[in-house]
Amino acid sequence: MRFLGYTLGDPNTEFPPADPAMYEKMGAFVAEATQAGVLLATGGVRPPAEATKVKYADGEFTVLDGPFSEAKELIGGWALMEVRDKAEVIEWTKRFLTIAGGGETTLREVEGG
Amino acid sequence: MGDSSQARQAIETVIRLESARLIAGLARYAGGDLDLAEELAQDSVVAALEQWPRSGVPINPGAWLMTVAKRRAVDQFRRNRELERKYAEIGRVLEADEAADDGTAGFDRAISEEIEDDLLRLIFTACHPLLPVQARVALTLRLLGGLTTAEIARAYLVPEPTIAQRIVRAKKTLSSAHVPFETPDRVQRPARLASVLEVIYLVYNEGYSATAGDDWTRPGLCHEALRLGRLLAQLAPDEPEAHGLAALMEIQSSRLAARAGPKGEPILLLDQDRSRWDQLLIGRGQAALARAVDLGGERGPYVLQASIAACHARAYRAEQTDWARITELYGVLAEVMPSPIVELNRAVAVGMAFGPGAGLALVDQLAAEPSLRGYHLLPSVRGDLLMKLGRAAEAEAEFRRASDLTSNARERELTERRAQEAGGSAES
Repeated sequence: MRFLGYTLGDPNTEFPPADPAMYEKMGAFVAEATQAGVLLATGGVRPPAEATKVKYADGEFTVLDGPFSEAKELIGGWALMEVRDKAEVIEWTKRFLTIAGGGETTLREVEGG
Repeated sequence: MGDSSQARQAIETVIRLESARLIAGLARYAGGDLDLAEELAQDSVVAALEQWPRSGVPINPGAWLMTVAKRRAVDQFRRNRELERKYAEIGRVLEADEAADDGTAGFDRAISEEIEDDLLRLIFTACHPLLPVQARVALTLRLLGGLTTAEIARAYLVPEPTIAQRIVRAKKTLSSAHVPFETPDRVQRPARLASVLEVIYLVYNEGYSATAGDDWTRPGLCHEALRLGRLLAQLAPDEPEAHGLAALMEIQSSRLAARAGPKGEPILLLDQDRSRWDQLLIGRGQAALARAVDLGGERGPYVLQASIAACHARAYRAEQTDWARITELYGVLAEVMPSPIVELNRAVAVGMAFGPGAGLALVDQLAAEPSLRGYHLLPSVRGDLLMKLGRAAEAEAEFRRASDLTSNARERELTERRAQEAGGSAES
């Protein structure tokens, strides 16, 4: 089973300052999850204020640059994980959040993955 | 799901994820006694199942389990110093260790090199060539995959006691032969690594083309093998064949969704909807293959098979397949790993590259091969080539023979269908 995990947060809250110890732990965690064959792909995204939306309706395109006024936005990053079952992806996500120090991750099962 | 069953499932998941590292660490302390390592691991699991529902899962569950297991070992050793020789070795080691270490040092960082070495030792030990191959498979899935005997039995469609017995016997064989808990030296390494790769690929293949039962594939087994392959490639990063096997499995897995129709019926490679191939896995496979080649492994059997799989992956349409290159790769594979099955595959490639007549000539050379006598793909390939040559009546007979030889229900349906098609075109 594959899951896409991404972390949502309040786009108006400032990012916490970079903590080198946290980054080191996160790096080791990513290495461990990769080694275990669980983490297939992962990446970070730029802050939501820099986001762009492309809309198509009634035959017209609209391109909108952020910031947008959503209460919750994709912040930080995303991870594509391959696991045996849902309980396993939840456990990996708990480990991720422990190192991140907080946050809320949404897990979506990938269709047919 | 209720809160308590959810909590229990969470705990069981943590334990399953920690299991291989825990057993690997304990096996080193126990001087390679896998039975004792498993017993101590089991003791700490029981303690976790008792305590974690109340206390919550500790921040570093691996360290917790390891500490409890080591304490049990020392307790047993002290209690039974005279009676029980079994704990003598591990007890002495751990007693000496206790003063210097609180038992968690090995787990302090997310990945410690020591644990990685222990995992690699555990893989080599579980896949020791001394053991029959089925025992290696069962032991590897149990100790490295963290699967229960019931799960292994279900995956292989055999009774649970059969698997349990294989595991017990394997551990006895290893301990009575005093197999050391070590990674093999340079002289032994190629043969020992081949044994590990064989086990992983066997698990994969049983999942990819189930030899028995009603399903054409059992993706769960493919997934277990892929995990083990990815792990091995990370633990032995200088071994081109480890990357080669990982590459082969990644690329083959990219086709899993496309290999079966809506009713679970098999769809052969050239008939698959290639837009359903998983490009993420193909990319991972190609990256692993490139690493293997960088390490100088072009002529390794797994690297060659991965290179062939990559040729198929590169063709967006079946007609674009570079059959001449595939024929060449099978030629090299036949040199480094001579086998009638490789020859049969080469014949298929030759048939595609240079026409069915050329392929059939090669297949006919294999007809007398004793090891292929019961192999359903020989008549199946022959039938396919005859069909292309317009010899439909002969093709029908070959497909019927293939159908009689396979024990997989889905595969039998496929060959039956092809026999009927051949029969239909023979009459018309």
